[in-house]
Amino acid sequence: MRIAKGLGYAVLLLLLGTAPYLLSSYHLSLLGRFLALSILALGLALVWGWGGILSLGQGVFFGLGGYALALHLKLVALGPGELPDFMVWTGMDHLPWWWDLFHHAGFALAAAVLVPTVAAAGFSWLVFHRRVGGVYFALITQALALAFATLLISQQPYTGGFNGLTDYSTLLGVQLNDPAAQRGLYWITLALLALVFALGRWLVSTDFGRILVAIRDGENRLRFLGYNPAPYKVAVFALGGALAGIAGALFTLHVGVISPAMIGVVPSIEMVVWVAVGGRKSLLGAIVGTLVVNFGKDWVSSAMPELWLFVMGLLFVMVVMVLPQGLSSIKDFLPRLRSVLSKLRSPQKKKQDKAVRKASVHAQSLGCEAQND
Amino acid sequence: MGDSAVIAGQLFNGISLASILLLAALGLALSFGVMRVINMAHGEMLMVGGYISYLVLRVVHGPMAFVCALAAAFLGAALLGGLLELAIVRHLYGRPLDTLLATWGISLILQQGARSVFGPIGVEVTAPHWLEGSFVFEKGILAGVSLPYVRLFIIALAVFVLAAMGLFIARTSWGLWLRAVHQDREMAEAHGVNTRWVDLLVFALGTGIAGLAGSALALIAPVTPTVGQSYIVYAFLVVIVGGLGSLLGTILAAVLVGLFSSSVQIFTSVSLADVLLLVVVVIFIQFRPRGIVLRQSRALEEG
Repeated sequence: MRIAKGLGYAVLLLLLGTAPYLLSSYHLSLLGRFLALSILALGLALVWGWGGILSLGQGVFFGLGGYALALHLKLVALGPGELPDFMVWTGMDHLPWWWDLFHHAGFALAAAVLVPTVAAAGFSWLVFHRRVGGVYFALITQALALAFATLLISQQPYTGGFNGLTDYSTLLGVQLNDPAAQRGLYWITLALLALVFALGRWLVSTDFGRILVAIRDGENRLRFLGYNPAPYKVAVFALGGALAGIAGALFTLHVGVISPAMIGVVPSIEMVVWVAVGGRKSLLGAIVGTLVVNFGKDWVSSAMPELWLFVMGLLFVMVVMVLPQGLSSIKDFLPRLRSVLSKLRSPQKKKQDKAVRKASVHAQSLGCEAQND
Repeated sequence: MGDSAVIAGQLFNGISLASILLLAALGLALSFGVMRVINMAHGEMLMVGGYISYLVLRVVHGPMAFVCALAAAFLGAALLGGLLELAIVRHLYGRPLDTLLATWGISLILQQGARSVFGPIGVEVTAPHWLEGSFVFEKGILAGVSLPYVRLFIIALAVFVLAAMGLFIARTSWGLWLRAVHQDREMAEAHGVNTRWVDLLVFALGTGIAGLAGSALALIAPVTPTVGQSYIVYAFLVVIVGGLGSLLGTILAAVLVGLFSSSVQIFTSVSLADVLLLVVVVIFIQFRPRGIVLRQSRALEEG
């Protein structure tokens, strides 16, 4: 079974690896950027599906990674003594000191991972160590996304404002719009995604992964067992932040622009829908969900742009109501749909249903105990 | 205008912002306290209230037209909220994060729906004649401060709604059931309170009040499809600072958040005020993670 699964993953990886020879350059570039986003989705699946922490502000860490790299790219694109165009417009006469740091490519690459990690760790520690969690945490992360996006837009002299950072094409001496570089970037993205996927699978099989599940299902019980959940929650949230940062940096390379429009409240919650559609408790589901939703978005919004928000809204409602485990539980879909429909049709029957379900759950738990004994 | 007048004017703005936040957050806090549910479509109830007032005012004219608009906004938003509770929220009982996502989906659909029907640009609601103009201080240290009647009206509306809610909760039998469910859902159920009806009532009442807020908001700013979004995040912060569904806490928190953001704006820009507000909230929960007003309870799982 394990070998078959591993073989399946290998075939999938190989198939994705040959994509540059199979797809048009347009579709390849789409696939590349969606694979980059999948790295973020893997992080979100770990944070939400395993840790039970819903983050509505993942765009912030995505943006920190993207901006860290974009600062460097922007500096490389400048001639000596030149200032970025938006600084000239807003009357700046010199680079702010923290821009200067990003002249070094190594520094920028490290910052793209470390800044979001540290930000995620610090922020979540402040909240979790006071035992604030659940819905409160989700709302605070949303406020964080709002504040971060407004800050970026308002500080135009330093951040490029609403338009973000764009107009750059060279990293480490490589022309990014060159087809060979595009292919290389695609393979790097794919390799990183595969690496992160393997890391995630390993992580959830360790004790750390088990403790995360325990936090999700019964944080107080874990406390009674002598664990302090806060460090574990901070650790997984920081990991989610790091992965979001990596995704942001890669995405910036793929698309050639990073702007507040990609990291605000709505984009952040869109990231949650990728994972929800794929199945929050499945790592492969997170990747599949990201690809399905994003290709779907591309398809819908090129046909009828105004339709996309309707579709996304419906996706949220449907996934939560009918298919809480997303595409990863597609085989349970029909029975669930039938039960929901029958519930809607006859309210009387509901009570019986519930009683029956309770009895069966009871029987299952008895069965479990019997097995354990 | 002297410094004291500027500060007084800004304080007044803060209080009128606080009134809107209070109206917006009241329903959120109620349904969060009683049902442990956060309704992400709550902001769209403001929007719905605004559009309903706009429609009513196109049909009804005369001095009392705006009162009709307020009533219609309340009823319309309450009806929509009731439908939302029946169709979605009650099926997700005990899954607060999922409720949050599903109601967010509804919020997107409502926003896009409004955009398709009314267009992306806002519609204007003109204030009735008796709300035109403003109250100006002629003499004293406050000379030059002008208080627009519209904003005074909004403050009065918030006070009225609060008083009505207070009476409802303290004096009626529905209010008694509501308090019972708030304190201990299972015990209330065991004593024969129909919690389903209480949930429905709380939810519809909360969204109705948000509709009122939207109607009042339409007096000072155009109604746009995203009008709810611009207030709702503050309303969430009010709920966090206020504590689990405590009326008093919500009032205090709304006043604090309103005053804070309008007084910070004297010194910095609006966007920096946003960031500072978040920082202050995060610092605040270091000291009072359960909100301003604590609910005494020995239950382990509190929200």
